Amino acid sequence: MTATVAEVCIVACAEAWRGDGEIAASPMGLIPTAGARLARATFAPDLLLSDGEARYVTGTWALGQPAPGPVEGWIPFRSVFDVVWAGRRHVMMSPAQIDRYGNANISAIGAYTRPARQLIGVRGAPGNTVNHPVSYWVPRHLPRVFVPRVDMVSGVGYDRAEAAGQFLDLRRVVTNLAVLDFGGPDRRMRLVSVHPGVIVDEVVASTGFELAADGAIPETRQPTAAELALIRDVIDPDGLRGREVAH
Amino acid sequence: MAAEEVVARLRSGMTIGIGGWGSRRKPMSLVRAIARSGLRDLTVVSYGGPDVGLLCAAGKIRRLIFGFVSLDSIPLEPHFQSAREAGAIEVTEYDEGMLQWALYAAACRLPFLPTRAGLGSDVLTVNPQLRTVRSPYDDAEDLVAVPALPLDAALVHLNRADASGNAQFLGDDLYFDDLFCAAAEQAYVSCERIVPTAELAAGGLMRLRVHRWMVAGVVEAPNGAHFTSCAPDYGRDEAFQRAYAAAAKDREEWARFAATYLSGDEAAYQAAVRAAALA
Repeated sequence: MTATVAEVCIVACAEAWRGDGEIAASPMGLIPTAGARLARATFAPDLLLSDGEARYVTGTWALGQPAPGPVEGWIPFRSVFDVVWAGRRHVMMSPAQIDRYGNANISAIGAYTRPARQLIGVRGAPGNTVNHPVSYWVPRHLPRVFVPRVDMVSGVGYDRAEAAGQFLDLRRVVTNLAVLDFGGPDRRMRLVSVHPGVIVDEVVASTGFELAADGAIPETRQPTAAELALIRDVIDPDGLRGREVAH
Repeated sequence: MAAEEVVARLRSGMTIGIGGWGSRRKPMSLVRAIARSGLRDLTVVSYGGPDVGLLCAAGKIRRLIFGFVSLDSIPLEPHFQSAREAGAIEVTEYDEGMLQWALYAAACRLPFLPTRAGLGSDVLTVNPQLRTVRSPYDDAEDLVAVPALPLDAALVHLNRADASGNAQFLGDDLYFDDLFCAAAEQAYVSCERIVPTAELAAGGLMRLRVHRWMVAGVVEAPNGAHFTSCAPDYGRDEAFQRAYAAAAKDREEWARFAATYLSGDEAAYQAAVRAAALA
């Protein structure tokens, strides 16, 4: 069985939650959602997952399908904020722009008073980034996403760490090409691995700033046979994962 | 009372909070009543959905205080996007948790509440009126002092209410409806059904979270949250929302949509929705 790009990405997203213990995993987007469910079904069994509405549910279920339960908790939006402020959460968000320090924009592109493109708004990104671990998912790794400077800092990056306080904890950035983290000099973005079939130069050319790198860049790990079976038979039997990432 | 009586108590320039979340349990019948009224220059406070979109389209909003605007199953709200991209509205953009704190501070009659949310982000840059405060204890931590956001009026839609304003949510989430009401000088509850007080507790004591001391008036508005969801009474009308969002992207299409659905009163709207569902 050869894994598709989407399947490699699901595993790379799942890895973001490895070792997190008993916290809420909050994935935004199809691939991160599949990753969180895969993580809990395998190496991170203590994660809490919501049904996307107001319930923590146990078990592993399919993308696009209602969670069959059993329900283990009530988590209305107000309680979500409580979890954020308690720090017991690790969210994976999808930025429209992100810079080398991890400043992320989901609010508006262009001049703030009259944006060229209005997006959803900062949502919970400011609070998330200063309270608990945050990772990012970029389905299309492009220079217009990986920019020298983001237009509206929604999620806070490491060059603002002093203002952000003690809980800033950016973990990893997973894209359709590579896995990155903030282990470079001054906590700048660093290339960790490239997905099978991707060359480093392609990642470099798709990034609008200089990436840190330590020596030879390894390949992102392949899904195991058990992981592939879980993804294909249980987590995404309808093949929705191909909508976010080309195969 | 009738939706028009609620509108008659509102004034241009007021700060009005709207309950619900995204495209969920929004007091849309009251929003539609404002959209067809003579009110203008409103400051609207919302976890925004099509309430914000419709009021943008009607030119009612001078300033929006928000954390996001979304239709949930459709991530971006096209009327809100158009208004922002045209520079037609002013904004105060907060982290969504800061918005809760702003309402809670107002409800508690406090000048501000502290939080880490916002620190280091451009929320503080684009809102130069926001101040930080230093903890007076040994940690001496700097925190955002979210100023209280008192509302002139709040509009919420609940599943059930009695005639005096005790109201109940029957779905999974109250959202922040009680805070909107408590932060407001006058709060108006629309509901799917007005029931005798004696029937309320049977629906679940812990669901009775909006109390008559918070509420100035109650409007019975069956299907009043349409096209947003009002679980368990009804789900979101996804087909209608898709039609709304598609129409909002084109001036002529929107004129046609508005002529079909928004040119009459609430009864005409509901009749047009029923007719469209049958077609």
